[in-house]
Amino acid sequence: MYYLFDGTYLGFLSCVFESFERKEAIIVPITPKDHQIDLFKDRRTIITDSGKALRVQKGLQERIGKADAMDFYRAFLSEDRKAWLASFFILRQIFSGRTDIRQDFGNDDVLYFSQILKKVSRERHRMKAFVRFSKSSDGLFFALVEPDFNVLPLISDFFRKRYADMPWLIYDVKRNYGLLFDTRQVGEVQLSPEEVQDATMPSIAIEMDERDELFQHLWKQYYTSTNIEARKNIKLHLQHVPRRYWKYLVEKK
Amino acid sequence: MQRIEEKLKILADAAKYDVSCSSSGSTRKNKDGIGDASASGICHTYTEDGRCVSLLKILLTNHCIYDCAFCVSRKSNDVKRAAFTVEEVVDLTMNFYRRNYIEGLFLSSGIFKNADFTMERMLRIVKTLRQKERYNGYIHLKTIPGASEELVKEAGLYVDRMSINLELPTEAGLKLVAPEKDHESVRKPLAFVNEQIKSFKEEKKLIKHTPIFVPAGQSTQMVIGATPENDFEIMQIANNFYKNYNLKRVYYSGYIPINNSNSLLPQIGSAPPLVRENRLYQTDWLLRFYGFQLDEILNPQHIHLDLDIDPKLSWALRNPHFFPVDVNAADFNAIIRIPGIGRQSALKIVQARKFGRLHAYQLQKIGIAYNRAKYFLRCADSPFMLGHPSMEYVRIAILNAGNQKSRQQVSAGQLTLF
Repeated sequence: MYYLFDGTYLGFLSCVFESFERKEAIIVPITPKDHQIDLFKDRRTIITDSGKALRVQKGLQERIGKADAMDFYRAFLSEDRKAWLASFFILRQIFSGRTDIRQDFGNDDVLYFSQILKKVSRERHRMKAFVRFSKSSDGLFFALVEPDFNVLPLISDFFRKRYADMPWLIYDVKRNYGLLFDTRQVGEVQLSPEEVQDATMPSIAIEMDERDELFQHLWKQYYTSTNIEARKNIKLHLQHVPRRYWKYLVEKK
Repeated sequence: MQRIEEKLKILADAAKYDVSCSSSGSTRKNKDGIGDASASGICHTYTEDGRCVSLLKILLTNHCIYDCAFCVSRKSNDVKRAAFTVEEVVDLTMNFYRRNYIEGLFLSSGIFKNADFTMERMLRIVKTLRQKERYNGYIHLKTIPGASEELVKEAGLYVDRMSINLELPTEAGLKLVAPEKDHESVRKPLAFVNEQIKSFKEEKKLIKHTPIFVPAGQSTQMVIGATPENDFEIMQIANNFYKNYNLKRVYYSGYIPINNSNSLLPQIGSAPPLVRENRLYQTDWLLRFYGFQLDEILNPQHIHLDLDIDPKLSWALRNPHFFPVDVNAADFNAIIRIPGIGRQSALKIVQARKFGRLHAYQLQKIGIAYNRAKYFLRCADSPFMLGHPSMEYVRIAILNAGNQKSRQQVSAGQLTLF
């Protein structure tokens, strides 16, 4: 049975609720974006119900603790259908009383779930590292990113605490939304395609802080000077900074 | 007046031989300003040599009154000299930090006039950042040997990590290339700061508002391959420093020849000992995280680390009586001693086996280096065997499997093995 939901985490948890209520143990959560959808005859549309979702969330927290319950949200942000399926299987086990199921690494779903968590966590860490702000003339620090997974929700707190005295915007070009901090709180924003275009070549389209170019230049200079030629190791370099990230890294552009 | 760009070029170039770049271990929070420390540290980018760039690592100046043969900034070396002003360092740090280029500042310096004069100038930078800019990001400050205890203690109130480099592993080695220096001037400030850290911690138990003091602890660095110390000597000293001064890290920096003026040092063109450096780090990790004692890995009979194979495998081959280890029954501490199994995999194994005996395909999926580990473990479907394969056979089989990263690099110069 395929469960068609809206792609939100609340929607996903609603699927879990429905599967128990309808006693349908084997379901596959999918979203309208999954293009092969027409092939599936046997499907049910699940309407996101925050009341039901929160009951699942609360029940999960009671069984395995708040911190571990967060892992299911993190795995969900991978947008990986196989991870969703593994999550679903594990959740069913937990609600059936096997709360220690997540240590059973000999089980394929459990192992896959832990591997996806690791990948999401690595991407989250990379976004803390690879965000490069430019400063516009009105004092906004803005950055474009294209993370492999939808990790902006996981880095919001980090940037809010660290850059608490300056307004900033981190925009996910792939998923077309961003986090905007106005020095008081973080909110979600969507830019028009034209605005995104402007932000990709700020030196032409946006009035920049007069010293922004200087510091970009100095940073490149520093990056070059701190390299030790005699130790050159491009393989290791690429392992740490894969090419797909270069587009938004000042020092690699 | 030199342009800021040229200064940055000179003073970053001169600072890069200090390999420490970690930004971890501090708990500093952002209080009403900008910046905080990330407990795990963050590497913001990597240079083409594969090293992490976490901190803006610069010298305040490369003018120096000393003439240490291994150092690029030594008095007699014919290099361009430069010096930053306090404001320049502060401006660079803040602007790099706000753009999320860096995790903080790593400030070191050549010694001009005298130790206190230099230390005092560095302290001014640190205080300006903390007080005027309200900056709470990471700061790593090099302690200047010979600086007064008052200055060192004051600096400790503002920085996250302090370090002071041993430079050469032994006193004898140091005397060869830097006759004006001695290890005592390294031990003394390390011991002093360590005492201070302890007493601040004690005080904090009684008085909650005690300020934090060097929260990320101390580290040191040794240059290896410049002077003839063997690996056993090097690791003995490292072990000693970890124990006596509670160091967070000892760094091993393979010597990169920078001139031909001193005939005692390796000359320009000789390759830096990268594999050896790697083996020393592996040994360091085995001692700190894998429960190994130094004499198990290096002792008077084995004074050199094997370059072909990693030190854990090398130990395993010398100790066949310890194997095979049954992963379905053995302690965590025994499992992490199996070559090819790290701490994370071992943790998964001891959790997973509660649900049923583990088979080879499961171990492979968990992510152990099975082709290496298989000679040293037993699992649910291991075939029954009479006796053990000879360790000489295992060594050759593993080397032939080509999983040793260093194999190609080493075999170029060493053809006697097979």
